[in-house]
Amino acid sequence: MHLLYQIFIDPFVQMGTAPDLFVQTLWEGLVTGVLYSLIALGFVLIFKASGVFNFAQGIMVVFAALALVGFYEHGVPAYLALGLTIVLMLILAFAVERLILRPLVNQAEIILFMATFGLTYFLIGFGELIFGGDPKVMISGALGLPSGSYQIKTLGGFVQMQKIDIAAAIIASLMVASLGIFFQKTRIGRALRAVADSHRAALSVGISLEQIWVIVWFAAGIVALATGIMWGARSNVSFALEIIALKALPVLILGGFTSIPGAIVGGIIIGLGEKIGEFYWGPLFGSGIEDWLAYVIALVFLLFRPQGLFGERIIERI
Amino acid sequence: MRLKRLVLGAALATLIGVPALVSQASAETFIPLFTYRTGPFANSGTPIANGMHDYFSMLNARDGGIGGSKVAVEECETGYKNEKGVECYESVKGKHPAIITPYSTGITLALIPKAAVDHIPILSMAYGLSASAVGKDFPWIFNPPATYWDGLSIIFRYIGGKEGGLDKLKGKTIGYIFFDGGYGREPLPLLHQFAKDYGFNVKEYPVPPAQMQNQSSIWLSVRRDRPAYMIMWGWGAMNPTAVQEAAKTGYPMDHFIGIWWSGSEDDARPAGPAGKGYLSLNFNAVGANFPALQDIKKYVIDKGNSQTPKGQLGENFYNRGVLNAAVIAEGIRNAQKLTGKKDITGDEMRRGMESLKITAARWKEIGLGGFAAPMAVSCSDHNGHHSAYVQQWDGTKWVKVSDWIAPMKDKVEPLLDAAAADYVKKNQPWPKRTEACDKSS
Repeated sequence: MHLLYQIFIDPFVQMGTAPDLFVQTLWEGLVTGVLYSLIALGFVLIFKASGVFNFAQGIMVVFAALALVGFYEHGVPAYLALGLTIVLMLILAFAVERLILRPLVNQAEIILFMATFGLTYFLIGFGELIFGGDPKVMISGALGLPSGSYQIKTLGGFVQMQKIDIAAAIIASLMVASLGIFFQKTRIGRALRAVADSHRAALSVGISLEQIWVIVWFAAGIVALATGIMWGARSNVSFALEIIALKALPVLILGGFTSIPGAIVGGIIIGLGEKIGEFYWGPLFGSGIEDWLAYVIALVFLLFRPQGLFGERIIERI
Repeated sequence: MRLKRLVLGAALATLIGVPALVSQASAETFIPLFTYRTGPFANSGTPIANGMHDYFSMLNARDGGIGGSKVAVEECETGYKNEKGVECYESVKGKHPAIITPYSTGITLALIPKAAVDHIPILSMAYGLSASAVGKDFPWIFNPPATYWDGLSIIFRYIGGKEGGLDKLKGKTIGYIFFDGGYGREPLPLLHQFAKDYGFNVKEYPVPPAQMQNQSSIWLSVRRDRPAYMIMWGWGAMNPTAVQEAAKTGYPMDHFIGIWWSGSEDDARPAGPAGKGYLSLNFNAVGANFPALQDIKKYVIDKGNSQTPKGQLGENFYNRGVLNAAVIAEGIRNAQKLTGKKDITGDEMRRGMESLKITAARWKEIGLGGFAAPMAVSCSDHNGHHSAYVQQWDGTKWVKVSDWIAPMKDKVEPLLDAAAADYVKKNQPWPKRTEACDKSS
């Protein structure tokens, strides 16, 4: 009986008696969710264009952030370092297309997926060789990102909002919106969607697969850089960030691998779900449940919508 | 004819050369270092690796090794992964290492059963299995200067001092945030025992490896639970994130205290001024103002024979690595004294470690006066249960804020004995100790 009370009654009583903490949990979940969305977006872009689940997206986040801080530490001004990092991500996109994707054209998707594993380990080793394994402090101040927090006294307590979290939410939203417009309204965007629908059909109307791949890998690189800056500013830049990037997997299961709105909504659902779950139901399980709760949430959704919230329903004859 | 001469010549050269090679190989003491300069734990692992490596390089450059035997150092990168650690062990065990330093509780736990079989001593300096301090059951494992349980009891002594007695903790809540693995779970039995003894509640906040940099909900729970003190057993990227999140949550930093593995400069520095006041235990000095460290600078770093970046010499975890290497070097010297041999085997190193005594005068003699507390290990007690002190982050550096605090030996030792007996019972058939104790141990 006590257990049933703790599961079904107590969390809601807590939400009512300490509404400030409930709002704070929602805020933390929202910010984390937006950042998960950003990571998932990188996966979706590449999956849409090539049908490849890019396992290297996580390490791209670390690599981009380390490059940015690395350039700055070598005396390059912050905004120039940002520009150089963008150029580096463009070079990476070209290199991936030329050295990995092009030789593997017409290979099974699983081969391309495995190739991204190889890319991951290459980037880990290369990153550590160039930048070292030490964690670095993100240059958020030099980039003009805000620090400190707002404390709003409300609901019988207070809600604290870090300025960097507000900035992260705004920048992530702007980025998602501009990518949405880019892929919906521009010629390249239409070409991308054509490639996503059918490689052969796209090729037959003169769309360059190589060009599209470079563009999506570059866009994924930019998304990785933004994610690295935001996560790095919240804690610091280290190779541990790569593990967080795997949180995109339940987001993608939930939102669908091919849907940009799915990545956004999925990220927010997972972010909110795991924070609320950990805060109110975590103590029942000895805490530390958010590590697996995201996957449980995604699996529950899968029971009802196997293709994800916004994914395409694929029916294949077997 | 020419071919015959060539073959004969080659055979002769081999006959002459092989003993020379053997004698050259045996004029070295092989010390493998299990390190992690890569991965999510590199921030903790790199300075320790640098400190250990540089100290041995300095001994080689300045003194020609230890007691006439050059130290052959070989690093094996584990990435703090248990399976990699076991791989490293298997790859070096054939080279007859004098001692192995796993630098991971998980790896140590995996190697404990192997050490007795292969006759390789393991030094897990203030980490690993607390119960391995019991020499009767673990003749090949050494964990001086203090176990995790000693560390926890020192933290409680410090808290008791602040509160005006441990009885004042009755009815209060103590939070315990920990790396969710063998390392973080190690002190839990004693923590729960203390909770019973002193009447406080324990709130556990496990941090899974994947959540090390994503702790916001944990600290939200801390805000709700309002623990009187927060105790941390963190490692790698978990530490700086926890300090930053604590500061963001507004938790009083002078009530937040980490174990000695949660107190590097890189753990506190990223929080900026907000991290001011954070506490951690320590058992080595911070700073480079020691003759041995100056010798490292002179003989190794300035000569470009080190991976140590500028400014790291004298930082806490660098010095921890130096201390680790100095303890090994003293163990080797002791083994050489006991056996009268330059080049020692694993078994002789075990004897050297079992009678290790580093007095304050000896620390001074080796250029590390005041660097650490006197240390003594015996055949029955492989730890010594020595004191540690509390340091506080002042926003830019660590400052010592307490005297050396002795652990609660009366509470810890009986529990350790019971835990060792329990380990032996659960791991049958566990070999009975057959190794004799030296008179000096």
